[in-house]
Amino acid sequence: MWRWFHKLGSPKYFYTLAGRLIPWLGGATSLFFLAGLYLGLVVAPPDYQQGDSYRIMFIHVPSAWMSMLVYTLMAFWGLVVLVWRVKIAEVLASASAPIGASFTFLALATGSLWGKPMWGAWWVWDARLTSELILLFLYLGFMALEAAIEDRRTAARATSVLALVGLVNIPIIHYSVYWWNTLHQGATVTKLDQPSIHLSMLIPLLVMALAFQLYYLTVLLMRSRTELLARERRASWVIEMVQER
Amino acid sequence: MSLGEFLHMGGYAFYVWSAYGLALVVLALNLTQPWRRRRVLLREIAAWLREERENP
Repeated sequence: MWRWFHKLGSPKYFYTLAGRLIPWLGGATSLFFLAGLYLGLVVAPPDYQQGDSYRIMFIHVPSAWMSMLVYTLMAFWGLVVLVWRVKIAEVLASASAPIGASFTFLALATGSLWGKPMWGAWWVWDARLTSELILLFLYLGFMALEAAIEDRRTAARATSVLALVGLVNIPIIHYSVYWWNTLHQGATVTKLDQPSIHLSMLIPLLVMALAFQLYYLTVLLMRSRTELLARERRASWVIEMVQER
Repeated sequence: MSLGEFLHMGGYAFYVWSAYGLALVVLALNLTQPWRRRRVLLREIAAWLREERENP
């Protein structure tokens, strides 16, 4: 196990393994997306209060979940960077930022498109919405800081600190609906007792959530591979690989 | 359910389809961006190697 981790830390091994995994992950992502879209848009019945507008949930909720999950993973790799200085962890954190920012943007934008017909407003300064907007700024700040520092390894250490400090925002987002009086509804799936959502809507939601997770893995590997290639462009394994093509 | 009804989304067509369309665009861009960057990088590295060989 430890030996395998060690091997995974080698850029060449990671690049090759990721290249082999990407087509499979991409295929699985497509299957889950097709199933999720079919179940969510066609099979699931309209909501008795919100009609068909609630179908936005099938992308809004997975995007919001992913925005927090990706940030947490990014901070975890940040910790690995600071403690062990693993190059692959630097690459994974750096590759996660634009994907996480995309999920956060989607959570905010689709929330807005859902809020307009249901609440009558595109945006309200509610605790849930505001803390999610702060998350978007954290991602953008990470990317800006990374772009501002010339040396990749120094940049990785600086952005890791930022990611870890920003982690405090994640529980704030999650508990915002309990701590403050929010217009945003409370949790329906991740409650300790039974989820207050019917199975015909829960199943498409979970299938879409899986599709989003697989999508993240696929794009994470694609981005990490590219980032690794950019950093190691003068390394002997890259030169050998390009010569063989 | 007819196709027309499906597209109508019970009167919420604009909101539902905008949300799904936006998601499609953002997720697709995240796929094409690293793919294109990798192709450009590989081409650059190959060009650099050629130059190294010609003018060592």
